Amino acid sequence: MRSEDGEGIMIDLSGMTITMASGKGGTGKTTVAVNLARLLAEAGQEVQYLDCDVEEPNGHIFLRPSIVSSSASRVMVPVVDQEKCTSCGECGAKCQFHAIVNLPGDTLIFPGLCHGCGLCSAVCPTGAITEGVRDIGVIEKGKGAKEIEFVHGILNVGEAMAVPLIKEVKSCRKDGYVQIVDAPPGTSCPVVATLNGSDAVIMVTEPTPFGLHDLKIAIDVARMLDIPTGVVVNKDHGGYPPLYDYLETSNIPVLAVIPEDAEIARHCSRGLIILESLPRCMDIFQSLAANLEGLLDTRSVHGRRAHL
Amino acid sequence: MKEFVVVSGKGGTGKTSVVASLACLIEGKALADCDVDAANLSLVLSPRILEQKEFAAGKRARIITEKCTSCGICRDMCRFDAISGDFVVDTVSCEGCGACFFFCPASAVEFETPLAGHCYICATPADEPFVYAELFPGEENSGKLVTMVRTEARAQAERFGLSRILIDGPPGIGCPVISSLTGTSLAIIVTEPTASGIHDLERVIELTRHFQIPAAVIINKSDINLDCTDSIEHYCVQKDIRLLGRLPYESAISEAQRQGKTIVQYAPDLPAAKAMRGISEQIKTLYKE
Repeated sequence: MRSEDGEGIMIDLSGMTITMASGKGGTGKTTVAVNLARLLAEAGQEVQYLDCDVEEPNGHIFLRPSIVSSSASRVMVPVVDQEKCTSCGECGAKCQFHAIVNLPGDTLIFPGLCHGCGLCSAVCPTGAITEGVRDIGVIEKGKGAKEIEFVHGILNVGEAMAVPLIKEVKSCRKDGYVQIVDAPPGTSCPVVATLNGSDAVIMVTEPTPFGLHDLKIAIDVARMLDIPTGVVVNKDHGGYPPLYDYLETSNIPVLAVIPEDAEIARHCSRGLIILESLPRCMDIFQSLAANLEGLLDTRSVHGRRAHL
Repeated sequence: MKEFVVVSGKGGTGKTSVVASLACLIEGKALADCDVDAANLSLVLSPRILEQKEFAAGKRARIITEKCTSCGICRDMCRFDAISGDFVVDTVSCEGCGACFFFCPASAVEFETPLAGHCYICATPADEPFVYAELFPGEENSGKLVTMVRTEARAQAERFGLSRILIDGPPGIGCPVISSLTGTSLAIIVTEPTASGIHDLERVIELTRHFQIPAAVIINKSDINLDCTDSIEHYCVQKDIRLLGRLPYESAISEAQRQGKTIVQYAPDLPAAKAMRGISEQIKTLYKE
Protein backbone atom coordinates (compact mmCIF):
# COMPACT_ATOMS: atom_id res chain seq x y z
CA MET A 1 0.00 0.00 0.00
CA ARG A 2 3.00 2.35 0.18
CA SER A 3 4.83 4.32 -2.44
CA GLU A 4 7.80 6.63 -2.10
CA ASP A 5 7.12 10.14 -3.29
CA GLY A 6 10.69 11.37 -2.83
CA GLU A 7 10.05 13.45 0.28
CA GLY A 8 8.03 11.20 2.50
CA ILE A 9 6.08 8.00 2.48
CA MET A 10 2.61 8.28 1.05
CA ILE A 11 -0.03 5.60 1.08
CA ASP A 12 -1.51 4.57 -2.24
CA LEU A 13 -5.21 5.34 -2.09
CA SER A 14 -6.09 4.47 -5.68
CA GLY A 15 -9.68 3.33 -6.04
CA MET A 16 -10.59 4.66 -2.60
CA THR A 17 -13.35 7.19 -1.98
CA ILE A 18 -12.55 9.62 0.85
CA THR A 19 -15.36 12.02 1.80
CA MET A 20 -15.17 15.22 3.87
CA ALA A 21 -18.23 15.92 6.01
CA SER A 22 -18.94 17.91 9.17
CA GLY A 23 -22.52 18.39 10.28
CA LYS A 24 -21.91 22.06 11.03
CA GLY A 25 -21.17 24.31 8.08
CA GLY A 26 -18.05 26.37 7.65
CA THR A 27 -15.74 24.11 9.64
CA GLY A 28 -13.27 23.70 6.76
CA LYS A 29 -14.46 20.70 4.72
CA THR A 30 -13.45 22.29 1.44
CA THR A 31 -10.10 23.49 2.82
CA VAL A 32 -9.23 19.95 3.90
CA ALA A 33 -10.57 18.42 0.68
CA VAL A 34 -8.64 20.65 -1.75
CA ASN A 35 -5.40 20.40 0.21
CA LEU A 36 -5.63 16.61 0.51
CA ALA A 37 -6.40 16.35 -3.20
CA ARG A 38 -3.38 18.49 -4.07
CA LEU A 39 -1.08 16.59 -1.69
CA LEU A 40 -2.02 13.22 -3.16
CA ALA A 41 -1.75 14.53 -6.72
CA GLU A 42 1.70 15.94 -6.03
CA ALA A 43 2.74 12.54 -4.70
CA GLY A 44 1.89 11.14 -8.13
CA GLN A 45 -1.51 9.63 -7.38
CA GLU A 46 -4.38 9.94 -9.82
CA VAL A 47 -6.93 12.13 -8.06
CA GLN A 48 -10.51 12.95 -8.91
CA TYR A 49 -12.27 15.69 -6.96
CA LEU A 50 -16.06 15.37 -6.70
CA ASP A 51 -17.84 18.40 -5.25
CA CYS A 52 -21.17 17.13 -3.92
CA ASP A 53 -22.04 20.37 -2.12
CA VAL A 54 -24.29 21.17 -5.06
CA GLU A 55 -26.16 23.96 -3.26
CA GLU A 56 -22.99 25.94 -2.62
CA PRO A 57 -20.04 24.32 -4.42
CA ASN A 58 -16.73 26.00 -3.58
CA GLY A 59 -13.99 23.52 -4.57
CA HIS A 60 -13.48 25.22 -7.94
CA ILE A 61 -12.53 28.48 -6.20
CA PHE A 62 -9.40 26.75 -4.86
CA LEU A 63 -8.61 24.15 -7.53
CA ARG A 64 -9.38 26.55 -10.42
CA PRO A 65 -10.04 23.84 -12.97
CA SER A 66 -10.41 24.62 -16.65
CA ILE A 67 -13.92 23.37 -17.38
CA VAL A 68 -14.03 21.21 -20.51
CA SER A 69 -17.61 19.97 -20.44
CA SER A 70 -20.91 21.18 -19.10
CA SER A 71 -24.18 19.28 -19.25
CA ALA A 72 -27.65 19.68 -17.82
CA SER A 73 -28.69 17.35 -15.02
CA ARG A 74 -32.20 16.10 -15.61
CA VAL A 75 -34.82 14.24 -13.64
CA MET A 76 -37.97 12.53 -14.86
CA VAL A 77 -41.24 14.36 -14.46
CA PRO A 78 -44.75 13.28 -15.48
CA VAL A 79 -46.54 14.77 -18.46
CA VAL A 80 -50.34 14.42 -18.52
CA ASP A 81 -52.28 14.07 -21.76
CA GLN A 82 -55.47 15.87 -20.67
CA GLU A 83 -57.35 14.29 -23.62
CA LYS A 84 -56.77 10.80 -22.26
CA CYS A 85 -57.06 11.75 -18.58
CA THR A 86 -60.40 10.81 -17.01
CA SER A 87 -59.65 12.60 -13.71
CA CYS A 88 -60.05 9.28 -11.90
CA GLY A 89 -57.70 10.49 -9.15
CA GLU A 90 -55.61 7.32 -9.02
CA CYS A 91 -52.25 9.07 -9.62
CA GLY A 92 -52.84 11.82 -7.06
CA ALA A 93 -54.02 9.33 -4.45
CA LYS A 94 -50.93 7.12 -4.84
CA CYS A 95 -48.23 9.80 -5.22
CA GLN A 96 -46.38 9.94 -1.89
CA PHE A 97 -44.79 13.30 -2.64
CA HIS A 98 -47.96 15.33 -3.27
CA ALA A 99 -46.59 16.12 -6.72
CA ILE A 100 -49.93 15.49 -8.47
CA VAL A 101 -53.25 17.07 -7.60
CA ASN A 102 -56.41 15.93 -9.37
CA LEU A 103 -59.06 18.55 -9.96
CA PRO A 104 -62.27 17.88 -11.84
CA GLY A 105 -61.26 18.00 -15.49
CA ASP A 106 -57.64 18.83 -14.75
CA THR A 107 -54.57 17.08 -13.34
CA LEU A 108 -51.89 19.40 -12.00
CA ILE A 109 -48.22 18.47 -11.72
CA PHE A 110 -45.85 20.07 -9.20
CA PRO A 111 -42.46 19.23 -10.73
CA GLY A 112 -40.49 20.56 -7.75
CA LEU A 113 -42.00 17.90 -5.49
CA CYS A 114 -41.66 14.98 -7.93
CA HIS A 115 -39.07 12.29 -7.12
CA GLY A 116 -39.32 10.74 -10.59
CA CYS A 117 -40.42 7.36 -9.23
CA GLY A 118 -42.72 6.65 -12.20
CA LEU A 119 -45.58 5.37 -10.03
CA CYS A 120 -48.15 7.77 -11.54
CA SER A 121 -47.59 6.58 -15.10
CA ALA A 122 -47.62 2.96 -13.90
CA VAL A 123 -50.97 3.30 -12.11
CA CYS A 124 -52.78 5.43 -14.73
CA PRO A 125 -55.54 3.18 -16.16
CA THR A 126 -55.83 5.14 -19.42
CA GLY A 127 -52.15 5.61 -20.24
CA ALA A 128 -52.54 9.39 -19.95
CA ILE A 129 -49.22 9.93 -18.15
CA THR A 130 -45.91 9.76 -19.96
CA GLU A 131 -42.54 10.89 -18.67
CA GLY A 132 -40.71 14.02 -19.68
CA VAL A 133 -37.61 15.55 -18.17
CA ARG A 134 -36.72 18.77 -16.42
CA ASP A 135 -33.38 20.38 -15.58
CA ILE A 136 -32.38 20.63 -11.93
CA GLY A 137 -28.81 21.80 -12.38
CA VAL A 138 -25.56 21.52 -14.28
CA ILE A 139 -22.67 19.07 -14.13
CA GLU A 140 -19.30 20.56 -15.05
CA LYS A 141 -16.10 18.58 -15.58
CA GLY A 142 -12.57 19.85 -15.96
CA LYS A 143 -8.97 19.50 -14.98
CA GLY A 144 -7.07 21.41 -12.32
CA ALA A 145 -3.35 21.75 -11.64
CA LYS A 146 -1.39 18.51 -11.06
CA GLU A 147 -3.81 16.69 -13.37
CA ILE A 148 -6.61 16.63 -10.79
CA GLU A 149 -9.81 15.52 -12.47
CA PHE A 150 -12.59 17.82 -11.33
CA VAL A 151 -16.38 17.37 -11.26
CA HIS A 152 -18.99 19.53 -9.58
CA GLY A 153 -22.75 19.86 -9.67
CA ILE A 154 -24.43 23.26 -9.50
CA LEU A 155 -28.05 23.11 -8.34
CA ASN A 156 -30.39 25.55 -10.06
CA VAL A 157 -31.41 28.40 -7.75
CA GLY A 158 -34.91 27.73 -6.42
CA GLU A 159 -34.58 23.98 -6.93
CA ALA A 160 -35.27 21.80 -3.87
CA MET A 161 -34.10 18.43 -5.26
CA ALA A 162 -30.39 18.17 -4.48
CA VAL A 163 -30.14 14.39 -4.12
CA PRO A 164 -30.46 13.38 -7.81
CA LEU A 165 -27.75 15.90 -8.74
CA ILE A 166 -25.47 14.59 -5.98
CA LYS A 167 -25.96 11.04 -7.27
CA GLU A 168 -25.09 12.20 -10.77
CA VAL A 169 -21.86 13.87 -9.59
CA LYS A 170 -20.91 10.61 -7.87
CA SER A 171 -21.72 8.62 -10.99
CA CYS A 172 -18.89 10.51 -12.77
CA ARG A 173 -16.28 8.63 -10.71
CA LYS A 174 -13.32 7.26 -12.66
CA ASP A 175 -12.06 3.81 -11.79
CA GLY A 176 -8.59 3.58 -10.31
CA TYR A 177 -8.53 7.21 -9.14
CA VAL A 178 -8.60 8.24 -5.51
CA GLN A 179 -11.86 10.13 -5.12
CA ILE A 180 -11.84 13.16 -2.85
CA VAL A 181 -15.48 14.03 -2.17
CA ASP A 182 -16.69 17.27 -0.59
CA ALA A 183 -20.05 16.79 1.16
CA PRO A 184 -22.64 19.48 1.94
CA PRO A 185 -23.12 20.57 5.57
CA GLY A 186 -25.93 19.04 7.58
CA THR A 187 -26.91 15.50 8.47
CA SER A 188 -29.97 14.71 6.33
CA CYS A 189 -30.60 13.10 2.96
CA PRO A 190 -28.07 15.08 0.83
CA VAL A 191 -25.32 14.06 3.25
CA VAL A 192 -26.46 10.43 3.24
CA ALA A 193 -26.49 10.43 -0.58
CA THR A 194 -22.94 11.84 -0.60
CA LEU A 195 -21.47 9.54 2.07
CA ASN A 196 -23.08 6.33 0.87
CA GLY A 197 -20.40 4.02 -0.59
CA SER A 198 -17.39 5.95 0.76
CA ASP A 199 -14.38 3.99 2.02
CA ALA A 200 -13.65 6.55 4.72
CA VAL A 201 -15.08 9.81 5.96
CA ILE A 202 -13.05 12.69 7.36
CA MET A 203 -15.23 14.76 9.69
CA VAL A 204 -13.93 18.29 9.88
CA THR A 205 -14.97 19.95 13.11
CA GLU A 206 -14.14 22.95 15.26
CA PRO A 207 -13.65 22.89 19.03
CA THR A 208 -16.87 24.68 19.99
CA PRO A 209 -20.22 23.51 21.41
CA PHE A 210 -21.88 24.02 18.00
CA GLY A 211 -19.13 22.06 16.23
CA LEU A 212 -19.33 19.16 18.70
CA HIS A 213 -23.13 19.00 18.75
CA ASP A 214 -23.32 18.72 14.95
CA LEU A 215 -20.29 16.40 14.74
CA LYS A 216 -22.05 13.85 16.94
CA ILE A 217 -25.07 13.75 14.61
CA ALA A 218 -22.84 13.50 11.53
CA ILE A 219 -20.87 10.64 13.10
CA ASP A 220 -24.18 8.86 13.79
CA VAL A 221 -24.91 9.10 10.06
CA ALA A 222 -21.49 7.64 9.18
CA ARG A 223 -22.06 4.80 11.70
CA MET A 224 -25.46 4.06 10.22
CA LEU A 225 -23.73 3.69 6.84
CA ASP A 226 -20.89 1.68 8.40
CA ILE A 227 -18.11 3.95 7.11
CA PRO A 228 -14.79 4.24 9.01
CA THR A 229 -14.53 7.75 10.42
CA GLY A 230 -11.72 10.03 11.54
CA VAL A 231 -11.74 13.67 12.60
CA VAL A 232 -9.78 16.77 11.64
CA VAL A 233 -10.00 19.47 14.30
CA ASN A 234 -9.84 22.88 12.62
CA LYS A 235 -9.38 26.32 14.22
CA ASP A 236 -7.84 24.65 17.28
CA HIS A 237 -6.68 27.09 19.93
CA GLY A 238 -5.46 24.86 22.71
CA GLY A 239 -8.20 22.36 23.23
CA TYR A 240 -11.85 21.95 24.06
CA PRO A 241 -12.02 19.02 26.50
CA PRO A 242 -15.62 17.93 25.73
CA LEU A 243 -14.63 17.31 22.09
CA TYR A 244 -11.60 15.20 22.93
CA ASP A 245 -13.51 13.34 25.66
CA TYR A 246 -16.22 12.47 23.15
CA LEU A 247 -13.71 11.32 20.50
CA GLU A 248 -11.88 9.16 23.01
CA THR A 249 -15.05 7.58 24.40
CA SER A 250 -16.33 6.95 20.89
CA ASN A 251 -12.99 5.55 19.75
CA ILE A 252 -12.70 7.97 16.84
CA PRO A 253 -9.16 8.95 15.82
CA VAL A 254 -7.97 12.53 15.36
CA LEU A 255 -6.27 12.52 11.96
CA ALA A 256 -4.93 16.07 12.05
CA VAL A 257 -5.24 19.36 13.91
CA ILE A 258 -5.24 22.73 12.14
CA PRO A 259 -4.56 25.64 14.50
CA GLU A 260 -6.65 28.79 14.70
CA ASP A 261 -4.44 31.12 12.73
CA ALA A 262 -5.27 34.49 11.17
CA GLU A 263 -2.80 33.93 8.33
CA ILE A 264 -4.40 30.59 7.39
CA ALA A 265 -7.83 32.26 7.47
CA ARG A 266 -6.59 35.07 5.19
CA HIS A 267 -5.07 32.64 2.70
CA CYS A 268 -8.26 30.56 2.60
CA SER A 269 -10.33 33.73 2.15
CA ARG A 270 -8.34 34.42 -1.03
CA GLY A 271 -8.99 30.94 -2.41
CA LEU A 272 -5.43 29.73 -1.89
CA ILE A 273 -4.35 26.15 -1.26
CA ILE A 274 -2.53 26.58 2.04
CA LEU A 275 -0.09 23.69 1.74
CA GLU A 276 1.39 25.59 -1.19
CA SER A 277 0.95 29.18 -0.10
CA LEU A 278 1.98 28.49 3.51
CA PRO A 279 4.63 25.73 3.43
CA ARG A 280 4.43 25.33 7.22
CA CYS A 281 0.99 23.73 6.66
CA MET A 282 2.52 20.84 4.68
CA ASP A 283 3.13 18.78 7.83
CA ILE A 284 -0.55 18.96 8.81
CA PHE A 285 -1.73 17.39 5.58
CA GLN A 286 1.11 14.86 5.44
CA SER A 287 0.11 13.61 8.88
CA LEU A 288 -3.50 13.54 7.72
CA ALA A 289 -2.60 11.36 4.73
CA ALA A 290 -0.49 9.09 6.92
CA ASN A 291 -3.23 8.75 9.54
CA LEU A 292 -5.77 7.88 6.86
CA GLU A 293 -3.93 4.61 6.40
CA GLY A 294 -4.79 3.55 9.94
CA LEU A 295 -8.42 4.35 9.29
CA LEU A 296 -8.50 2.18 6.18
CA ASP A 297 -6.74 -0.63 8.09
CA THR A 298 -9.51 -0.42 10.67
CA ARG A 299 -11.89 -1.08 7.85
CA SER A 300 -10.13 -4.22 6.66
CA VAL A 301 -10.11 -5.58 10.23
CA HIS A 302 -13.76 -4.63 10.45
CA GLY A 303 -14.43 -6.32 7.11
CA ARG A 304 -12.79 -9.55 8.22
CA ARG A 305 -14.86 -9.53 11.39
CA ALA A 306 -17.99 -9.08 9.34
CA HIS A 307 -17.16 -12.19 7.33
CA LEU A 308 -16.60 -14.44 10.36
CA MET B 1 -47.04 38.67 11.63
CA LYS B 2 -43.49 39.55 10.55
CA GLU B 3 -41.02 36.75 10.14
CA PHE B 4 -37.33 37.60 9.81
CA VAL B 5 -35.10 34.72 8.73
CA VAL B 6 -31.31 34.59 9.05
CA VAL B 7 -29.64 32.64 6.24
CA SER B 8 -26.16 32.55 4.73
CA GLY B 9 -25.68 30.24 1.76
CA LYS B 10 -22.27 29.19 3.03
CA GLY B 11 -22.27 27.40 6.37
CA GLY B 12 -20.41 28.58 9.44
CA THR B 13 -20.61 32.32 8.73
CA GLY B 14 -22.20 32.99 12.13
CA LYS B 15 -25.98 32.78 11.60
CA THR B 16 -26.71 31.28 15.00
CA SER B 17 -24.40 33.65 16.90
CA VAL B 18 -26.12 36.60 15.21
CA VAL B 19 -29.60 35.26 16.00
CA ALA B 20 -28.64 34.60 19.63
CA SER B 21 -27.34 38.15 20.01
CA LEU B 22 -30.40 39.63 18.33
CA ALA B 23 -32.52 37.53 20.70
CA CYS B 24 -30.97 39.46 23.61
CA LEU B 25 -31.44 42.85 21.95
CA ILE B 26 -34.90 42.69 20.38
CA GLU B 27 -37.93 42.32 22.63
CA GLY B 28 -41.41 41.00 22.01
CA LYS B 29 -40.76 38.18 19.57
CA ALA B 30 -40.92 34.44 19.20
CA LEU B 31 -37.82 32.51 18.14
CA ALA B 32 -37.48 29.52 15.82
CA ASP B 33 -34.51 27.37 14.79
CA CYS B 34 -35.15 26.01 11.30
CA ASP B 35 -31.73 24.35 10.91
CA VAL B 36 -33.31 21.01 11.75
CA ASP B 37 -30.26 18.97 10.62
CA ALA B 38 -27.98 20.65 13.10
CA ALA B 39 -29.96 22.80 15.50
CA ASN B 40 -27.64 24.91 17.63
CA LEU B 41 -29.66 27.87 18.85
CA SER B 42 -30.88 25.95 21.90
CA LEU B 43 -27.24 25.55 23.00
CA VAL B 44 -27.01 29.29 23.71
CA LEU B 45 -30.62 30.08 24.63
CA SER B 46 -30.85 27.55 27.51
CA PRO B 47 -34.58 27.02 26.95
CA ARG B 48 -37.03 25.04 29.07
CA ILE B 49 -38.81 22.42 26.95
CA LEU B 50 -42.56 22.71 27.54
CA GLU B 51 -43.77 20.20 24.98
CA GLN B 52 -42.26 17.61 22.67
CA LYS B 53 -44.08 16.77 19.43
CA GLU B 54 -43.40 13.86 17.12
CA PHE B 55 -42.48 14.35 13.47
CA ALA B 56 -43.20 11.69 10.87
CA ALA B 57 -43.37 12.36 7.16
CA GLY B 58 -42.10 9.94 4.54
CA LYS B 59 -43.03 6.28 4.39
CA ARG B 60 -40.58 3.38 4.16
CA ALA B 61 -41.05 0.01 2.52
CA ARG B 62 -40.19 -3.32 4.15
CA ILE B 63 -40.57 -6.71 2.50
CA ILE B 64 -41.98 -9.50 4.63
CA THR B 65 -39.80 -12.46 3.67
CA GLU B 66 -42.45 -15.09 4.54
CA LYS B 67 -44.95 -13.61 2.10
CA CYS B 68 -42.47 -12.78 -0.70
CA THR B 69 -42.64 -15.06 -3.74
CA SER B 70 -39.45 -13.59 -5.27
CA CYS B 71 -41.36 -12.65 -8.45
CA GLY B 72 -39.13 -9.59 -8.95
CA ILE B 73 -41.87 -7.08 -9.84
CA CYS B 74 -40.78 -4.76 -7.01
CA ARG B 75 -37.20 -4.73 -8.28
CA ASP B 76 -38.43 -3.88 -11.77
CA MET B 77 -40.62 -1.06 -10.43
CA CYS B 78 -38.06 0.52 -8.06
CA ARG B 79 -36.22 3.43 -9.69
CA PHE B 80 -33.87 3.87 -6.74
CA ASP B 81 -32.14 0.46 -6.77
CA ALA B 82 -33.34 0.05 -3.21
CA ILE B 83 -34.29 -3.65 -3.36
CA SER B 84 -31.53 -6.24 -3.22
CA GLY B 85 -31.37 -9.49 -5.20
CA ASP B 86 -32.65 -11.36 -2.15
CA PHE B 87 -35.52 -8.88 -1.70
CA VAL B 88 -34.42 -6.75 1.21
CA VAL B 89 -35.17 -3.01 1.09
CA ASP B 90 -32.13 -0.77 1.59
CA THR B 91 -33.55 1.90 3.89
CA VAL B 92 -30.82 4.34 2.80
CA SER B 93 -31.74 4.22 -0.90
CA CYS B 94 -35.53 3.86 -0.46
CA GLU B 95 -37.26 7.20 -1.14
CA GLY B 96 -40.65 5.93 -0.01
CA CYS B 97 -42.50 6.18 -3.34
CA GLY B 98 -44.55 3.04 -2.69
CA ALA B 99 -44.14 1.49 -6.17
CA CYS B 100 -43.16 -1.86 -4.60
CA PHE B 101 -46.04 -1.69 -2.12
CA PHE B 102 -48.74 -0.92 -4.70
CA PHE B 103 -47.55 -3.47 -7.26
CA CYS B 104 -46.61 -6.46 -5.09
CA PRO B 105 -49.00 -9.27 -6.15
CA ALA B 106 -48.44 -11.11 -2.85
CA SER B 107 -49.04 -8.10 -0.54
CA ALA B 108 -45.61 -8.80 0.91
CA VAL B 109 -44.61 -5.15 1.33
CA GLU B 110 -45.26 -3.18 4.49
CA PHE B 111 -45.39 0.57 3.93
CA GLU B 112 -45.36 2.61 7.12
CA THR B 113 -44.41 6.03 8.39
CA PRO B 114 -41.55 5.85 10.87
CA LEU B 115 -40.82 8.57 13.41
CA ALA B 116 -38.26 10.91 11.81
CA GLY B 117 -37.66 13.56 14.44
CA HIS B 118 -39.01 15.72 17.23
CA CYS B 119 -40.20 19.30 17.47
CA TYR B 120 -39.78 21.12 20.78
CA ILE B 121 -41.97 23.94 22.06
CA CYS B 122 -39.92 25.88 24.59
CA ALA B 123 -39.65 29.04 26.64
CA THR B 124 -36.43 31.03 26.92
CA PRO B 125 -35.21 32.27 30.32
CA ALA B 126 -36.84 35.61 29.36
CA ASP B 127 -40.11 33.67 28.90
CA GLU B 128 -40.26 34.16 25.17
CA PRO B 129 -41.54 31.31 23.00
CA PHE B 130 -38.88 29.32 21.16
CA VAL B 131 -39.45 26.38 18.80
CA TYR B 132 -36.77 24.07 17.44
CA ALA B 133 -36.58 20.57 16.03
CA GLU B 134 -34.21 17.67 15.65
CA LEU B 135 -34.39 15.51 12.57
CA PHE B 136 -33.03 12.03 13.23
CA PRO B 137 -29.56 11.49 11.67
CA GLY B 138 -29.74 10.82 7.95
CA GLU B 139 -33.50 11.35 7.60
CA GLU B 140 -35.34 12.92 4.68
CA ASN B 141 -38.07 15.58 4.62
CA SER B 142 -36.12 18.27 6.45
CA GLY B 143 -38.22 20.84 4.53
CA LYS B 144 -41.43 19.45 6.06
CA LEU B 145 -39.95 19.60 9.55
CA VAL B 146 -38.98 23.24 8.88
CA THR B 147 -42.61 23.92 7.96
CA MET B 148 -43.71 22.28 11.23
CA VAL B 149 -41.30 24.48 13.23
CA ARG B 150 -42.57 27.62 11.51
CA THR B 151 -46.22 26.64 12.03
CA GLU B 152 -45.65 25.96 15.73
CA ALA B 153 -43.70 29.21 16.15
CA ARG B 154 -46.53 31.20 14.55
CA ALA B 155 -49.03 29.50 16.86
CA GLN B 156 -46.90 30.41 19.88
CA ALA B 157 -46.48 34.01 18.71
CA GLU B 158 -50.24 34.37 18.23
CA ARG B 159 -50.94 32.82 21.60
CA PHE B 160 -48.74 35.38 23.34
CA GLY B 161 -49.80 38.29 21.16
CA LEU B 162 -46.37 38.72 19.56
CA SER B 163 -46.09 40.18 16.08
CA ARG B 164 -42.52 39.12 15.24
CA ILE B 165 -40.69 35.85 14.74
CA LEU B 166 -36.92 35.65 14.44
CA ILE B 167 -35.83 32.53 12.56
CA ASP B 168 -32.39 30.88 12.47
CA GLY B 169 -32.17 29.28 9.03
CA PRO B 170 -30.11 26.42 7.60
CA PRO B 171 -27.09 26.77 5.29
CA GLY B 172 -27.30 26.14 1.55
CA ILE B 173 -30.03 27.10 -0.93
CA GLY B 174 -31.94 23.80 -1.19
CA CYS B 175 -35.07 22.25 0.24
CA PRO B 176 -34.89 23.30 3.94
CA VAL B 177 -33.71 26.83 3.01
CA ILE B 178 -36.61 27.26 0.60
CA SER B 179 -39.02 26.10 3.34
CA SER B 180 -37.45 28.55 5.80
CA LEU B 181 -37.57 31.47 3.39
CA THR B 182 -40.95 31.34 1.67
CA GLY B 183 -43.42 33.95 2.88
CA THR B 184 -41.03 35.72 5.29
CA SER B 185 -40.81 39.52 5.53
CA LEU B 186 -37.02 39.79 5.37
CA ALA B 187 -34.02 37.55 4.80
CA ILE B 188 -30.99 38.66 6.83
CA ILE B 189 -27.97 37.17 5.08
CA VAL B 190 -24.85 36.65 7.19
CA THR B 191 -21.81 36.41 4.96
CA GLU B 192 -18.04 36.49 5.38
CA PRO B 193 -15.38 38.20 3.27
CA THR B 194 -13.93 35.13 1.61
CA ALA B 195 -13.99 33.96 -1.99
CA SER B 196 -16.34 31.14 -0.95
CA GLY B 197 -18.51 33.50 1.11
CA ILE B 198 -19.04 35.88 -1.83
CA HIS B 199 -19.79 33.03 -4.24
CA ASP B 200 -22.40 31.59 -1.88
CA LEU B 201 -23.84 35.02 -1.01
CA GLU B 202 -24.58 35.65 -4.68
CA ARG B 203 -26.49 32.37 -4.92
CA VAL B 204 -28.55 32.96 -1.78
CA ILE B 205 -29.39 36.51 -2.94
CA GLU B 206 -30.54 35.02 -6.23
CA LEU B 207 -32.73 32.66 -4.19
CA THR B 208 -34.33 35.53 -2.22
CA ARG B 209 -35.04 37.29 -5.54
CA HIS B 210 -36.55 34.08 -6.93
CA PHE B 211 -39.03 34.02 -4.04
CA GLN B 212 -39.35 37.83 -3.94
CA ILE B 213 -38.18 38.14 -0.33
CA PRO B 214 -36.46 41.42 0.62
CA ALA B 215 -32.85 40.82 1.69
CA ALA B 216 -30.32 42.60 3.89
CA VAL B 217 -26.68 41.68 4.52
CA ILE B 218 -24.39 41.44 7.55
CA ILE B 219 -20.66 40.97 6.87
CA ASN B 220 -19.23 38.88 9.69
CA LYS B 221 -15.47 38.62 10.38
CA SER B 222 -15.28 41.72 8.18
CA ASP B 223 -11.62 42.43 8.96
CA ILE B 224 -10.12 39.10 7.86
CA ASN B 225 -10.05 40.30 4.25
CA LEU B 226 -10.91 43.98 3.76
CA ASP B 227 -10.71 43.77 -0.03
CA CYS B 228 -13.39 41.07 -0.01
CA THR B 229 -15.47 43.13 2.45
CA ASP B 230 -15.31 46.09 0.07
CA SER B 231 -16.34 43.87 -2.86
CA ILE B 232 -19.36 42.64 -0.88
CA GLU B 233 -20.40 46.20 -0.02
CA HIS B 234 -20.01 47.22 -3.64
CA TYR B 235 -22.05 44.21 -4.72
CA CYS B 236 -24.83 45.09 -2.25
CA VAL B 237 -24.99 48.68 -3.51
CA GLN B 238 -25.16 47.39 -7.09
CA LYS B 239 -27.97 44.99 -6.26
CA ASP B 240 -29.76 47.57 -4.11
CA ILE B 241 -29.51 45.40 -0.99
CA ARG B 242 -29.35 47.02 2.41
CA LEU B 243 -26.12 46.51 4.34
CA LEU B 244 -26.97 46.15 8.02
CA GLY B 245 -23.39 46.31 9.23
CA ARG B 246 -19.93 44.82 9.58
CA LEU B 247 -18.98 42.60 12.50
CA PRO B 248 -15.23 42.44 13.14
CA TYR B 249 -13.62 39.05 13.81
CA GLU B 250 -13.73 38.34 17.53
CA SER B 251 -12.14 35.26 19.08
CA ALA B 252 -14.18 35.87 22.24
CA ILE B 253 -17.30 34.74 20.34
CA SER B 254 -16.08 31.12 20.54
CA GLU B 255 -15.27 31.55 24.23
CA ALA B 256 -18.71 33.04 24.86
CA GLN B 257 -20.25 30.05 23.04
CA ARG B 258 -18.31 27.62 25.24
CA GLN B 259 -19.94 29.32 28.22
CA GLY B 260 -23.38 29.18 26.58
CA LYS B 261 -23.53 32.95 26.15
CA THR B 262 -23.79 35.46 23.33
CA ILE B 263 -21.13 38.08 22.66
CA VAL B 264 -23.45 40.91 23.78
CA GLN B 265 -23.83 39.23 27.18
CA TYR B 266 -20.27 37.95 27.52
CA ALA B 267 -18.33 41.06 26.51
CA PRO B 268 -20.71 43.97 25.82
CA ASP B 269 -17.87 46.48 25.36
CA LEU B 270 -16.05 44.67 22.55
CA PRO B 271 -16.34 46.22 19.06
CA ALA B 272 -18.22 43.13 17.79
CA ALA B 273 -20.86 43.53 20.54
CA LYS B 274 -21.23 47.24 19.78
CA ALA B 275 -21.61 46.50 16.07
CA MET B 276 -24.24 43.89 16.95
CA ARG B 277 -26.25 46.50 18.86
CA GLY B 278 -26.07 48.83 15.86
CA ILE B 279 -27.40 46.06 13.63
CA SER B 280 -30.26 45.30 16.02
CA GLU B 281 -31.28 48.99 16.03
CA GLN B 282 -31.48 48.91 12.24
CA ILE B 283 -33.55 45.75 12.32
CA LYS B 284 -35.95 47.30 14.84
CA THR B 285 -36.42 50.19 12.43
CA LEU B 286 -37.13 47.69 9.66
CA TYR B 287 -39.71 45.97 11.89
CA LYS B 288 -41.60 49.24 12.12
CA GLU B 289 -41.53 49.85 8.36
